[in-house]
Amino acid sequence: MTINRRVACLVRVLFLALLAPLAARAELVIEITQGVDDPTPIAVVPFASTGAIPEDIAGVVQGDLARSGQFAPVDRGDMLSLPSSEAEIFYRDWRAIGTEYLLVGRASAAEELRIDYALYDVNRQREVTTGTVTGPVNEARMLAHRVSDAIYERLTGIPGAFATRLLYVSVTRNPGGKDYYRLTLADSDGARPIVLLESREPVMAPTWAPDASQVAYVSFETGRPAIFRQDLQTGAREQLTNFRGLNSSPAWSPDGNTLAMVLSKDGSPDIYLLDLASKRLTRITRHYAIDTEPTWMPDGKSLLFTSDRGGRPQIYRYNLQSGITDRVTFEGVYNARARVAQDGRNVALVHQREGQFHIAIHDLVTERLHVLTSTDLDESPSIAPNGSMILYATKLGDRGILSAVSVDGGVKFRLPARSGDVREPAWSPYISQ
Amino acid sequence: MNHLPVAGKALTLLFTAAFLVACSGSGSKEDEAAAEAARQAEVAAAEAAREAERQAAEAAAAEQRQLEQAAMAAGNVFYFDFDSSVLKPEAQDALDAHIALLKTNDASVRLEGHTDERGTRDYNMALGERRANAVRDYMVVNGIASYRIETISYGEEKPVAYGSGEANWSQNRRVELVK
Repeated sequence: MTINRRVACLVRVLFLALLAPLAARAELVIEITQGVDDPTPIAVVPFASTGAIPEDIAGVVQGDLARSGQFAPVDRGDMLSLPSSEAEIFYRDWRAIGTEYLLVGRASAAEELRIDYALYDVNRQREVTTGTVTGPVNEARMLAHRVSDAIYERLTGIPGAFATRLLYVSVTRNPGGKDYYRLTLADSDGARPIVLLESREPVMAPTWAPDASQVAYVSFETGRPAIFRQDLQTGAREQLTNFRGLNSSPAWSPDGNTLAMVLSKDGSPDIYLLDLASKRLTRITRHYAIDTEPTWMPDGKSLLFTSDRGGRPQIYRYNLQSGITDRVTFEGVYNARARVAQDGRNVALVHQREGQFHIAIHDLVTERLHVLTSTDLDESPSIAPNGSMILYATKLGDRGILSAVSVDGGVKFRLPARSGDVREPAWSPYISQ
Repeated sequence: MNHLPVAGKALTLLFTAAFLVACSGSGSKEDEAAAEAARQAEVAAAEAAREAERQAAEAAAAEQRQLEQAAMAAGNVFYFDFDSSVLKPEAQDALDAHIALLKTNDASVRLEGHTDERGTRDYNMALGERRANAVRDYMVVNGIASYRIETISYGEEKPVAYGSGEANWSQNRRVELVK
């Protein structure tokens, strides 16, 4: 068989991941389609700089705050002065243009990059918070996102999730079936895309390890589906499964030790747990129906999964301690692919209503379901680590694009790609500094 | 009953041989003639057998061609309803043609299950497998050994029609039989 040769020429694994991200042009373009009714006006003044700063720090922060939908940043052209310290601030200039908050700062690059920032309340004419972030000069964008996280938390009470990353799959369709599937890693704003894997066969279901150091996914590069994991620092890759039938839906346990997955080697698709150290496999569902799309509750004590054991796909919960399975969703004929927010309460899922597929939130406490989107063919919801936004895949015309919606449905933005179809976004956990 | 002409021919040969033996007076010449006659009879019989064999082979080849043509005419793609893995009657008819052909050889086949783009990707992976298994089970029940059949699901990852709408979706909900 020619499989080995095919693998060699059809798959490219790209290793440099986090080591030397190139300043590649973003593949995704962000278009904010809906913000909150009364966003807070904020002026992010261009930061003073010393040394060669590779990024417009204030520009990155301004983009983050605008994308949240909760802030209305002031245009730079409307600023009457460009202060970088409290001594240079004339509050009446900022009151005149109607801004409520003012962010100023300084960036200096030597052996490492240091960003000092200060946030002021324009009406009260006083400092709200100050801070400093430091790190490698080539991580300037990530450091800027950390400033955004701090400002967002100070003003909304919710930690920011800007200094995080995304995985997504894109497909370039070529005549004659010579399609290219790519697994890409990018910043949360779509910047700095890095292709982790390129293959002529499908790549699916990317997911993060809880410490964001590794990813797992399904690749058909061997001619059959198999689950792989890949280290983002070293690029080291390991094929974890090669069973007959389905090898799908990898999901890392919160402690990082176990990978839940779907295998059909014993007949119908069931949920299995793979202990990553011992490689011991445990089957946890046994049903002739389809059991798939496992996801862990944040406490690691139970898993949600999709099953059509009741006739149509619905969400069920398996308790690892008691071994008991109970049904979670009852509204409508199709609820699938759950993802649980860190609060352990909000479950994002795909819900079919009047023939269309939307993203919905199922509240595990009230057992109420809220449909968040009005587009069709919405799928693959992924919740930000702060629980504020849901990234998902949908279609715009005939093209697959990524979109985002806040958990209350109030804020929406799209991330269409410059070319090809984009799908299966996976929002990273918080990345430790 | 067509024995008489053959019997007549043999008799004629025998008489001719006897006449030749009687007239020659020489024993060796008579033996030669008799051997020649026997050789001719043998050749005639072998030719007849070859002809019968050829006709049988031709009939078998024609039958094989017919099975191959029927399988080709049936197509190698079988379609399904939304969220269903139930074989439709027309898919069963088409499969019967493939099964008849597969019974004449020992070829292996690969069944590739696919879905349309609606619904979630991993659920569709499972649904594509269920469709491929439905085709496999039908073939096994009808006499094809399971070890000759490999199944794989691509879910919604490899559509043949890229647009949305039922006209495209119905083409994508399929199992392809690949040799």
